[in-house]
Amino acid sequence: MSMAMASACGQLCMRCRGSLSSKTAVWRCYSHVRHLIPRTRQLLKSFDGLFITKRLASTQTGLSWKQQMCCYSDLAEKHLTADAKDNKHTKELTKTSITQITNTLMPSTDVLSMTEHPAFLDLDDAAESSALEEICDEEAISISVPSSLPPTSTSLRDYVEKSETLSKLVELGVNLWKLEQRPNVGSMLLRLDFKTDVAPRLMFLKEIGVKDSCFGYIITHNPFVLCENIENLQDRVTYLKSRKFSSETVASMVSRAPYLLNFNVKRLDNRLGFYQQQLQLSASNTRNLVARLPKLLCVSLEPVKENLKVCEIELGFKQNEIQHIVVAVPKVLTANKRKLTQIFDFLHNTMKVPHYLIAKFPQVLNTKYLRVRERHLFLEYLQKAQYDPTLPNYISLDRMVSLPDEAFCTELALSTVEDFYLFQKTL
Amino acid sequence: MVTPLKLRRLHGLFCVYKPLGVHWKLVRDTIETNLLKGNVAPPPALPHKVRFLAEPSPTGEAGAAASLSAAPVPALSHHPLVTGPEFQHIRVGVGHRLDAASSGVLVLAVGNGNKALDDLYKTRVTRDYMLECEFGMATKDFSHTGRVVEKSTYGHITLDKLERVLAMLEGANQKATRMFSNVDMSSQEAYELAVQGLLGPDGKSAPILTGLRCVHFQPPSFTLEVQCLNETQKYLRKVVHEIGLELRSTAVCKNVRRTRDGLFTSRQALTRNQWSAADVMQAVQQHRYTKKTEKTVRKRSEESSAATRQSKADVMSSHRGKEHGS
Repeated sequence: MSMAMASACGQLCMRCRGSLSSKTAVWRCYSHVRHLIPRTRQLLKSFDGLFITKRLASTQTGLSWKQQMCCYSDLAEKHLTADAKDNKHTKELTKTSITQITNTLMPSTDVLSMTEHPAFLDLDDAAESSALEEICDEEAISISVPSSLPPTSTSLRDYVEKSETLSKLVELGVNLWKLEQRPNVGSMLLRLDFKTDVAPRLMFLKEIGVKDSCFGYIITHNPFVLCENIENLQDRVTYLKSRKFSSETVASMVSRAPYLLNFNVKRLDNRLGFYQQQLQLSASNTRNLVARLPKLLCVSLEPVKENLKVCEIELGFKQNEIQHIVVAVPKVLTANKRKLTQIFDFLHNTMKVPHYLIAKFPQVLNTKYLRVRERHLFLEYLQKAQYDPTLPNYISLDRMVSLPDEAFCTELALSTVEDFYLFQKTL
Repeated sequence: MVTPLKLRRLHGLFCVYKPLGVHWKLVRDTIETNLLKGNVAPPPALPHKVRFLAEPSPTGEAGAAASLSAAPVPALSHHPLVTGPEFQHIRVGVGHRLDAASSGVLVLAVGNGNKALDDLYKTRVTRDYMLECEFGMATKDFSHTGRVVEKSTYGHITLDKLERVLAMLEGANQKATRMFSNVDMSSQEAYELAVQGLLGPDGKSAPILTGLRCVHFQPPSFTLEVQCLNETQKYLRKVVHEIGLELRSTAVCKNVRRTRDGLFTSRQALTRNQWSAADVMQAVQQHRYTKKTEKTVRKRSEESSAATRQSKADVMSSHRGKEHGS
């Protein structure tokens, strides 16, 4: 039995080589067929494996793939019949394989010959009508077309064309790709209805004075503004106006801090009161401070309190100096403590700049540490590092820090930019 | 101007000057972000799909079926705000790392250049360091910012004594080179390798200093120039500490600065203001160009030397022929 199988397989392979052009197909055919020999019971499984392999060699054309498919499918079919009969595998294999391979120029006819074969087992038992039959109009209407939208998806890309809300948001400039990465935001946006939810709130924002070009930015950073109650939004805006913020200021604050209107009145009041008390500023100064950095009304107060303590205790500034610094550079309140202390340490201990000078030029506390370090060391190398205003050749801190590289080199260091870059490579 | 096509074709090595106090990973991330940001091509036009749009019927009759018309509509599912940016990640790899307290040349690779990084690790390229050191202090982590463990005088140290200690260290390292080379010292193979200068540690080994000399000596500060293999910056600081101990004093390393890594020197390194996409592309091209010219120059010199050898051999043989003849 096994010998006969082997000879049959060999013959099959000879024929395969004749018809199919690529070597890989032959190898695959042969190797698969070789696996059949020791395992007679598992023939079905291996044939299924043949059926499933769809990876094509690059040299094969589409037509030859169909030939191969028919060859394999025919082998499978033959095997099914052989399984039912349980004898004479080999003769049937060789016979039908020869016929199939010679007729492989017309794959459709092969398919038909498969179905017409008397022993072909239809695995679907129910007798279904072909899709090309003609039906009457009532039947046509009663056919339900499944929607092309997937029920679940990881991306909003699948729904953007069908959903009016999403397409209007894209037109406004909302970055849907960024938003869909946040948990649950995508489904929330899908559930919104444009006419009843989104449009009224956009109209409200427009009434406050927010420009149309800012809508995309606001919604990208704070999509939950589309879920807020309009009365609440109105209350918060009236509260801010009652605190004597002008309407343009309110509009600019909302554009720059998108989360502002999500906070309730009590919280906004709390924060404004905190800044006024802690820093002992006048009302107009507080307004000015908050208008320039509206994020102050959104962040939590603990880090701000810690920053103030750091300025007072660790850095050693007096109260009026801290006031002046904060009003000039509000970002100090939300800065990273480690970076703040690092740059102050360099300014005070290495550059020997006293407190009053740093308070006079607070923007040095806002710069990058590496920038200050490189420039100071370059000036020191050129023996021009003199920051005392009473002595000659004085270099002011704000100019040293804020000027771009070319201006710094030509005006302050009296050298060239190339020298500065070469010097940076020796640090 | 960096276009997506140029970014896709960006493959190669380049080097960057890592500033002091910055972790190497931050440098690598900054370069990757800059390469992605530098991609400023205008977005391609959206593909159009044909949709059937309902038109109101011209007569406006109630209950009349609305007629459909086919119109091409831009497919919003391909809009960049919906699909995200084209490039979300670029493969940027790092060569021999530098710890946060050191500065100097850091080799980076983009795209397919990462395979060359692997070769860089395997071949025995040496690295060049400048160690700025100071006598008089010994600290816990061998650098001048650590906790001070010991303080000592250094008045007795002269340049002569320092050079003697450095020579001793060099000798010890030469011995280590031979030991780690996995070649029997009394064999012909060892001699041939040594003649060509290829005798060195095989694969991973202990750190080895192939060269060590003092370039600046003014107590308490002095500067050493080191060429080494398989080292870490902490090891170099430890070496400085041991030099101090050998001189019956203490020493600490203020600054470790790498000036060369294999073929990359600080001359070609990009400083912080040059970390934009266009500069990186230029640096990659420059390195490729220098490699090509070096190869051609080397080939030409080999050919010319082979030609001279051949001509010399001819002359010698002709001389011998003449001698025999006469």
